[in-house]
Amino acid sequence: MAVEPVLRMKGISKSYYGTKVLDNINLTLMPGEVHGIVGENGAGKSTLMNILFGMSVIHSTGGFEGSIEIDGQPVEIRSPLQAMSLGIGMVHQEFMLLPSYSVAENIKLNREVLRPTLASRIFGPRLQSLDYSRMYADARKALQRLNIGIDEYATIAGLPVGYMQFTEIARELDKEHLRILVFDEPTAVLAESEAEHLLRAIKEIAASGIAVLFITHRLSEIMEVCDNITVLRDGRQVVTKARKDTNVIELAELMVGRSMDFRAHKRKESHNSRPILEIRGLSVDMPGERVRRVDLTVYEGEILGIGGLAGQGKIGIANGIMGLYPAAGEVRVAGTLLELNNPKAAIAAGLAFMSEDRRGVGLLLDSSIELNIASGAMFGTGRFVKTWGPFSQVDQEAVRANAEKYISELDIRCTGPQQAVRQLSGGNQQKVCIARALTMNPKILLVSEPTRGIDVGAKQLVLDTLRRLNDELGMTIVVTSSELAELRSICTRIAIVTDGRVAGILRPDDPDAKFGLLMAGQPISKGA
Amino acid sequence: MKAKGILKDMDLARLIIAAFFVLLCVAAIALKLNAAELITSSLTRMGMWGVLVLAMLPAILAGTGPNFGVSLGIVCGLLGGLLALELAYRLEGAVYFSPWALFLTAMIFSLPFALLMGIGYGWILNRVKGSEMMIATYVGFSIVSIMKLAWVFLPFKSPEMAWPIGRGVRVQIALENRGLAQLLNNFLAFRIGAVTIPTGLLLTVALALFLMWLFLRSRTGMALAAAGSNPRFAEACGINVDRQRIVGTVLSTVLGAWGILIYSQSYGFLQLYEGPMFMPFVAVAAILIGGASVKKATIAHVVIGTVLFLGIQVVAVPVANAFTAEWSSMGEISRKIIQNGVILYALTQAGGE
Repeated sequence: MAVEPVLRMKGISKSYYGTKVLDNINLTLMPGEVHGIVGENGAGKSTLMNILFGMSVIHSTGGFEGSIEIDGQPVEIRSPLQAMSLGIGMVHQEFMLLPSYSVAENIKLNREVLRPTLASRIFGPRLQSLDYSRMYADARKALQRLNIGIDEYATIAGLPVGYMQFTEIARELDKEHLRILVFDEPTAVLAESEAEHLLRAIKEIAASGIAVLFITHRLSEIMEVCDNITVLRDGRQVVTKARKDTNVIELAELMVGRSMDFRAHKRKESHNSRPILEIRGLSVDMPGERVRRVDLTVYEGEILGIGGLAGQGKIGIANGIMGLYPAAGEVRVAGTLLELNNPKAAIAAGLAFMSEDRRGVGLLLDSSIELNIASGAMFGTGRFVKTWGPFSQVDQEAVRANAEKYISELDIRCTGPQQAVRQLSGGNQQKVCIARALTMNPKILLVSEPTRGIDVGAKQLVLDTLRRLNDELGMTIVVTSSELAELRSICTRIAIVTDGRVAGILRPDDPDAKFGLLMAGQPISKGA
Repeated sequence: MKAKGILKDMDLARLIIAAFFVLLCVAAIALKLNAAELITSSLTRMGMWGVLVLAMLPAILAGTGPNFGVSLGIVCGLLGGLLALELAYRLEGAVYFSPWALFLTAMIFSLPFALLMGIGYGWILNRVKGSEMMIATYVGFSIVSIMKLAWVFLPFKSPEMAWPIGRGVRVQIALENRGLAQLLNNFLAFRIGAVTIPTGLLLTVALALFLMWLFLRSRTGMALAAAGSNPRFAEACGINVDRQRIVGTVLSTVLGAWGILIYSQSYGFLQLYEGPMFMPFVAVAAILIGGASVKKATIAHVVIGTVLFLGIQVVAVPVANAFTAEWSSMGEISRKIIQNGVILYALTQAGGE
């Protein structure tokens, strides 16, 4: 007897405002199957899951193409509530738990076991009381399926992170008719032993006949628990393979692989030049981008890329050096020890920073272009200011001349130096940021996500500008970016940051597999 | 597009207020009220309040919002005034204080209090980021109440201040005797027809505006504005945001102190006890009417707001009284409605972009 697939997604495509983020994805899930979905940030994993859950972002942006069948019946999922009633459960990356409630109460939240009371008989079911003993029994049962010794009476607040994760899973398991369970990067927050435990639990859940969709970027986990694996890249389904037909290296390659063009930029190796920025044991407490003891050396005149997946800590490095988030460790600029946690010291040491949060940190949106360009140097080093004893005045003429120079040099499209930066396009705003950094005459330029949120044409312009600065002025540049292709097109070397540490340093023309492995937290073994 | 932009700049609230002011002026003419007298007293009131409204500017620019606690500065100014008067009394016969010297002494005496209070107040505001305006209001009310005790217990001896029997200083202290009343107003004052121009007073306000303009173009002024407009940007520029907020608060407090001295000389009395209680609200309402928001303000907003709001204050009372002769507090009521309505409106706009 042929088993009917529990879920079939056919020809799923989705566009946001004209940009295709999913293109003809086909997915079949059998009962008891563990199906892995891997891909970089932005590959389309979450969009696919949002479609499966009928999230409102999908429908408010014009819906999607393709069809979804559950048990062979076509269904139209309009809301998460409906998805749940169809037996689809999801374990979220961020916990959706009430901290002051007990484990059992959280598991039973909004599905409480009720018991009629005298009042409810008279005034209706809203006055029924909770049947705690049955709720605790149910919770116990669900937790036992996970084989974990969490006390169902304990309150969530104060539980270790791993236990919270298991409570979430238990909540899904407790739902009757659960057919499909989605894990969205469940191990991202777990310690190693907890992650192992979770993987065992996933296997057991699947053995009970529930189909599991497992989203992660940790390839080793995929290889351990999945029966079948789908690789997404740039919204396309690269391949779906049985686990036995593939291996970690192939997956890494498929995940990262792009047709790359290395012609235009034969970068000179600069290892023989002197180190200009030495980072030793740097830890940065930046929420969501924690850095744990990074060692990294930047050589004079190179473009060093810092890559890696979101949340792994790559963004934190530059922010920590610039004193924008609490940092500890040792950083030397041209041999001199840098005082950490002090933006002023970082600027004085000759560092200029283009923040990944251009509109939030990088610019004064309501101020003029000329003021924005001058601001870094003005506040950092006192340029553009005439002083007489305790009195000072901004040198408007110098500010204007400087702005005009960069407007023509970088081709900033604007009505004039006095236009408010808010009115510029993303690409032109980024050019203002570049001009601002250059006005500071930095020894080292730290650039975070230089092409985030700007359109394709402008992206190339920004990258070309960075490359030109390096070529013509010999400026040392450290670029942090989530877009590996971008890094590979301009950098001399690329450091991949995983789990807050430098997993390895690669050359831009190293094979895709190496990048994929480092980003997936796999050490590169010989032969790879 | 262009017309839309101008309309947006000159938003509805401001258009309504401006139209209301014009309407009042038309009504005043139609009712054959004494125009010269109205213009004279409008100019005087604008001058009286100019510096107090200006005190809002550094606070808003530094990111602490309109300074509802400017009464802190006001009591410092009053204290400076009392100390100067007391000094003149104690040195009576030995040293003669000209009215100008006395006024300057009052300003100098109020300065250390304003600086200290401003620093402490700024320190408090840095600990309550996000709810500065509410805290400021309470700080303002508290200091007025605390000073009520102080006015009773401070050992002032000068007969023009002390009650003839018992202890403490009077509610209102006349400045006439020492030649302080209308000192600035009468300086270079001249008449055009029946209108008197309080030249010295207006020049003082203009000077204060000019100095503020210079300050805003200094390195500190630029840093202060950057810290207020985008703290995270400022921090990345190496600006100490908390220190700039304290600078803004101190400036606002000092301007409050000097502002009340300028106000009082024109009024002819120092008003103690309940006097300063609701003065911040007038200043806040004025700058908001001028087009400022709780996050953005310019010198132009100070000027426009002072002219519009205080113009309305002066003209509304006789017009309202002419309409409702038997209900003489109508002018005062309409003034209160506008003042509090505008503050309320600006607060609802606070979060919007």
